[in-house]
Amino acid sequence: MGKALFDKIWDSHVITDLGNGFILMHIDRLLLHDMSGGKAMKEAIELGHVPAQPRLIYGTPDHTMSTKPGRTEKTHPPGEPLILSMRETTRKFGIKLFDLGQDGNGIVHVVGPEQGLTLPGTTLVCGDSHTSTHGGMGALAYGIGASELVHVIATQTMVQRKPKRFRVSFDGKLQPGVTSKDMILHLIGDVGTAAGTGFAVEYAGSAVRALSVEARLTLCNLTIEMGARTGMVAPDDTTYEFLHGRDYAPKDAMWDRAVAYWRTLPSDPDTDFDREHTIDMAKVAPQITWGTSPEHVIAVDRAIPDPTTAGEKRGAWEAALQYQGLEPGKPIEGTKVDWVFIGSCTNSRISDIRAAAEIVKGRRKADHVTAWVVPGSERIKKEAESEGLDKVFLEAGFEWREPGCSMCLASNGERVPPGQRSVSTSNRNFVGRQGPGARTHLASPAMAAAAAIKGAIADVRKL
Amino acid sequence: MDKFTKVEGTAAPLMRQNVDTDLIIRIERLVDNVGREGLGPYCFEQIRFKPDGSENPDCVFNQEPYRNAPIILSRENFGCGSSREGAVWALKGMGIKAVIAPYFGDIFNNNCFQNGILPVPLPIEEVEQLADEMKASPGNARVTVDLENCVVISPTGRSIPFKVDARRQHAMLNGLDDIAQTKANQDKIEAWQTADKQAHPWVWL
Repeated sequence: MGKALFDKIWDSHVITDLGNGFILMHIDRLLLHDMSGGKAMKEAIELGHVPAQPRLIYGTPDHTMSTKPGRTEKTHPPGEPLILSMRETTRKFGIKLFDLGQDGNGIVHVVGPEQGLTLPGTTLVCGDSHTSTHGGMGALAYGIGASELVHVIATQTMVQRKPKRFRVSFDGKLQPGVTSKDMILHLIGDVGTAAGTGFAVEYAGSAVRALSVEARLTLCNLTIEMGARTGMVAPDDTTYEFLHGRDYAPKDAMWDRAVAYWRTLPSDPDTDFDREHTIDMAKVAPQITWGTSPEHVIAVDRAIPDPTTAGEKRGAWEAALQYQGLEPGKPIEGTKVDWVFIGSCTNSRISDIRAAAEIVKGRRKADHVTAWVVPGSERIKKEAESEGLDKVFLEAGFEWREPGCSMCLASNGERVPPGQRSVSTSNRNFVGRQGPGARTHLASPAMAAAAAIKGAIADVRKL
Repeated sequence: MDKFTKVEGTAAPLMRQNVDTDLIIRIERLVDNVGREGLGPYCFEQIRFKPDGSENPDCVFNQEPYRNAPIILSRENFGCGSSREGAVWALKGMGIKAVIAPYFGDIFNNNCFQNGILPVPLPIEEVEQLADEMKASPGNARVTVDLENCVVISPTGRSIPFKVDARRQHAMLNGLDDIAQTKANQDKIEAWQTADKQAHPWVWL
């Protein structure tokens, strides 16, 4: 029987078998951000540890600073101590920090692939559940908690129990207006938010092969929203083209040697998976969430669902509709929107910004909508500006802001006001996620841009 | 790590699915410098309190006899979402020692074991029956979670076995420190790293 991509990376990182199903795993990359990273460094130091492999650790503040144009760490005062602590602890041990305003700064899950720090066949962890994003490069990437972070800082290893394997195949061509964001939202709607609990997911199929690396990162980003800590796409020529020449990627003869190894990583044809699920892309339309869980999702041309059809989930659906202020049976299209947020580790890369700009160009946002574009990194911001995309948004009445996590989780004070409705390109529509009382609808960048123009939830295919 | 052997007390039925870690603790409480010991008052604040700061009487944690319950009963996928370990610190600050649910978010589950809180997986029918038994004898009903014997004792005295990884059970019962255990393998870590630098030198920056 063949081995899966997951097994190949797993097996090559086992330091020792600890018994009872647990192993000690080597961690090739540890990424730090200002919410979890600086605190974990401080705690490790207080417990008497020193970073075991500081050259395998990289940091970038992204969570707690304002994204207001011209911001510094002082613009949002509650975040300043976290950023200062991150600076101090990384400097002390010679850990590379992509600091605010510097080339390389940005959202941690944007920066890793952008810098070539995330490599196929490696293990990567970060104190953030969306670390699964890096699986889009063919890496085994996990989100971990604060205690496990301290463990990795102190030992460059993790104690792990092997998950089961789950392959999701997306077959066929993407329909007009459909992106990898719609693919993953549709999947979560299909299988539910807990289908991946205890599994490592591999995304495969002709539709995944045809995706750009950036689109694969988006696909893997939402893996945690179906319960799995890690999701991955096998590396291929698309991956190597994306990676070649990036700052921390191997060069010259070492590059050739690395690619030869990476070509051995894809799952063998005769691999058995513990669970399989297939999606026919001919049946997937642009998606929008209606409730307070990513599994509460429908095609944009459908009606808001009726809780009486939900079986054991009826109570959860009723509570979600009440929180969201929606009536079952009505079309979701046309629901008035107050805020639009284009950004986050899910959808803030240059291709996302281009896709949104294409919809916005030559149009103007609805007067009652506040619309933000928050690029994922300093590099993306500069690249977009060199293409004139900032002007496209500014002329349409959008705000063009500095890189950061911003309104995805409101940890920097940037919130959707209570009771207001937002269409967001982020990853969670939980109760209060974008601010107390905020009502979130998740969608792709083009769908979010369309909502800003129409002032309501809109079908991007009609614009 | 804190030791955990057994907890006995009231079990508060928070019978909803997908209790996410954003609901358990809001992110800004982890930005504000209250420290991990200070998070208890903010645990579940969105459902425990009204927007004006007063207690929400509809919330189980504000109802007798559940106000100081050390055990939570909940539905599927408790602790899903964000990896924030602050969710576990907040539960601990509120006095929670164990959560009984059909299954848990993977990262939350790991975080619990790092902090001496026991996630107890039981089938939904068992959790519902525990909740029913709690409601049937308000005031004096008690649930016991016994890690040594991997058994939950219901208010009516039924014994319900549960499963836990042997390694984690041993670590919790003895309050073992993961990092110290790992460092005992230092020679193996170094041997692996030496070999990997030969096999995959491009990984080593």
